[in-house]
Amino acid sequence: MRTIIFRTIAPYLSALMVLFSIFVLLRGHNEPGGGFIGGLIAASALAIFGVACGVASVRRAIVFHPMGIAGFGLFIGALAGIVSFFKGQPFMTSQWWYLKVFGVEIPLSTPLIFDIGVYLVVVGAIGSIALALEERESD
Amino acid sequence: MIDDTTLYAVLAPFAAAVVAPALTRWFKHNAAWPLALVPALIFLHFTGFIEPVSQGERFVASMAWAPSYGVNFSVYVDGLSTLFALLISGIGTFIILYAGGYLKGHPQQGRFFSFLFMFMGAMLGLVLCNNLISLFIFWELTSVTSFLLIGFDHLRAASRRAAIQALVVTGGGGLALLAGFILIISSTGEIEMSVLLASPDIIKDSGLYLPIFLLVLGGAFTKSAQFPFHFWLPNAMEAPTPVSAYLHSATMVKAGVYMLMRTQPLLGGTPEWTTVLPIFGGLTLLVGTILAVRQTDLKLMLAYTTVASLGLLVMLTGTSHEKALEGAVLYLLAHSLFKGALFMVAGTIDHEAGTRDITKLGGLRAAMPITCIAAALAALSMAGLPPFIGFIAKEVLYYGTTGWLELFGLPLTITAVVGNALMLVIAAAVAIKPFYGPKVDTPKHAHEGPVLLFAGPVVLSVLGLGLAVIAHTTGELFVGPTLSSLMGEPTTVELHLWPTYIIGNIPLYLSLVTIGLGIVLFTQIDRLRSLIAGILTAIGWGPDKGFDQFVAGIVGFSGWITRRLQSGKMQTYMILTFIFAGLAVLLPGYLTNSFPAMPKLPEYRFYEWGILLIAVLGLIAVLIAKTRLTAIVSLGVQGFAVALIFMMFGAPDLSFTQFMVETLSVVILALVMTRLNLSPSDHRPLTAALGTGLVAVAVGLGLSLTLLAITQQPFDRQLSDFFTEYSRSIAHGRNIVNVILVDFRGIDTLGEIAVVVLAGLCVLALIRIRTKPDKPAEAADQGATQARPAEAR
Repeated sequence: MRTIIFRTIAPYLSALMVLFSIFVLLRGHNEPGGGFIGGLIAASALAIFGVACGVASVRRAIVFHPMGIAGFGLFIGALAGIVSFFKGQPFMTSQWWYLKVFGVEIPLSTPLIFDIGVYLVVVGAIGSIALALEERESD
Repeated sequence: MIDDTTLYAVLAPFAAAVVAPALTRWFKHNAAWPLALVPALIFLHFTGFIEPVSQGERFVASMAWAPSYGVNFSVYVDGLSTLFALLISGIGTFIILYAGGYLKGHPQQGRFFSFLFMFMGAMLGLVLCNNLISLFIFWELTSVTSFLLIGFDHLRAASRRAAIQALVVTGGGGLALLAGFILIISSTGEIEMSVLLASPDIIKDSGLYLPIFLLVLGGAFTKSAQFPFHFWLPNAMEAPTPVSAYLHSATMVKAGVYMLMRTQPLLGGTPEWTTVLPIFGGLTLLVGTILAVRQTDLKLMLAYTTVASLGLLVMLTGTSHEKALEGAVLYLLAHSLFKGALFMVAGTIDHEAGTRDITKLGGLRAAMPITCIAAALAALSMAGLPPFIGFIAKEVLYYGTTGWLELFGLPLTITAVVGNALMLVIAAAVAIKPFYGPKVDTPKHAHEGPVLLFAGPVVLSVLGLGLAVIAHTTGELFVGPTLSSLMGEPTTVELHLWPTYIIGNIPLYLSLVTIGLGIVLFTQIDRLRSLIAGILTAIGWGPDKGFDQFVAGIVGFSGWITRRLQSGKMQTYMILTFIFAGLAVLLPGYLTNSFPAMPKLPEYRFYEWGILLIAVLGLIAVLIAKTRLTAIVSLGVQGFAVALIFMMFGAPDLSFTQFMVETLSVVILALVMTRLNLSPSDHRPLTAALGTGLVAVAVGLGLSLTLLAITQQPFDRQLSDFFTEYSRSIAHGRNIVNVILVDFRGIDTLGEIAVVVLAGLCVLALIRIRTKPDKPAEAADQGATQARPAEAR
């Protein structure tokens, strides 16, 4: 598996895939995409990087333990649902804010935060399974 | 008169439970003083009810809890609940003080206070609740808090066993009670006790009397430790003494008696009631007293007499006879006072002398004068001697049993006399043996305990005297109103401290017989003890042992079932799952003969045929693949082709996801294969492969048929229209799939991602389990650096 071509190209490929996954995540509300698909893309990026360059370098690259990332995703997902309580509305009622940055209107919302949570959960959980399985392979 | 204050009075102990640990951290054991104010104030609040309740008034107050189910937190204040509330809060005040002295310096004293207060709140709720469901919740709360308190010293195996035993027995009974309540609610349509009590024959006429009676009995008998469920109570003496004094003599174990007294107007007076209760109550009385004589541990002697007293109360309640019920109420009051005091005395002796084995104690009178006097006063009441409340109780109850001669009068009277005589024996042993006679060396140098320790016994034992001195008022204010609740009609009670006449006064003669018999037996106590011990050894089996056998049986049985069902082989699990899945989709169509008709194939373009062909080729490749790896990749080919089909027929999101899932499945399956060190190819014999193949085809066929059947149904556009219409206007998104996922049905997704995290954790744990035992040493260089950041978190 670890041919020189693969090992050279894998970091770039993974980086591109992660970038693409974020793009897919953010456009998901209006175009095909979303947190779940984005998360799967990012998870496969991690898997490819792991196969090519070893699990240790993946773990270094993502800094946090993947299960921690998944837990954090679940946390902010639940948190996004609680925001509506402050307005006296039921759990998970969506809230929207429209920010103006340099004259460009950027819509932000709790569904977006929630979707980011989904993304992190999928990256974290699938990624940690893949990495844990790859780890023994290098033994 | 009544307002929400009473509701808050019930909840106040729970608030105290929250602040108790902090207070104890600041004031150490002296936190008992401010904490005892809580029950004292509750006591004061309920004294306000004594006067109006004795005038025959009843109070109801209620607060919504789960109104959609008709469950309210409502209280019903009448004579019975007032008496219980006063006992719980009054004795509770002194128990809190006593716990302050008894567990002085214990590192977990704050937690102990907290548990005690939780119990107090639960018990108050139990005796005051009007709503059957909230009553049940408080009933179970007393079981749970009792579990926590018995197991307080959780490092000892005996404590843990006793705690679990108490929880299993009383919790199991609680479930029976719940079933009984549900039957009452469904057969009468009423959920409030006060409404039920207003029409006393409502249950007897419902046609479900017998099951309701038996289920309520199941709850009451386990809670009040009636034979053959009595064994948990002596074992519960593993708890610290304040707990034994409070829960296991004065309050919690009386919850069963409370339940019987409360339902006596509803369920009592029937042949079933007046047969079952006296028999089991009488048996419990005899068994309890006989086992008590056998013991040498002060607490255990008292515990078995508590069992006996509970038996006596159940027996008297079971007569449904006015005079006997009056005796029951009086005895309930007297018992709470003297038994609470005696338990605290036993604890003080244990605390100060270092042992509570009666054979190793003696001559403590000079060292502990105050405790000695309190013990004497309480024991005199327990022995039923004048001028104590115990004496009046005994007179009245004899009057009741002899007056109720229809069927059981004579045996009941004999049972009561023997039981009371043996009770006197124990009272004498507890009060005389440790304090009088020659001084015996004790493990600790005994001296009088601090005020925290003797305040409770002194006040309670003096009350036993005081309430008897003002017997007339006691009867008017406490016994009369309570008896009215038991009878379901207004009754008045006139009590006298001294018998009003001598000639022909049978109860007085019986009292004399009891005292004489008791004194004779007391002189022979050592011989009696060895005799009973000999008999018990000869029997060699008891419910306590039975409980262990029961638990071991359950563990064994579930082990057997588990070994049967869980082979531990992944293949078996998968095959079984798929067989059932196949049956689930195929059987209904087969049984109702409603398989869908084969639809006409639409006109496909050549490239659409091409993609279908790729999918089929992928499947064929799976079947003929030489190695497993090839098969996994071929499966991926088929999956990609399906993703393309999704793409072409207008489901880009689905197709996108399918691509990613297929990619990851191939990667992960390949990894799992290498990970599990599977051989590269499949070596199964052809027959096994054909078997699994058959299952696979069946499941696939079933799913396809189901899908066909669904698509041939007329399509309901309601949901699609809703989402198309509102996804833009309400949720500000054009991608309906995503809007559904993160907004319209966001809670579903939240649940799903929680499952994903959990599944990830489980897989991780499984992989770790396999790694640990056979981790090669040379892998440490890489493995260790990887594992460290993971473990650090």
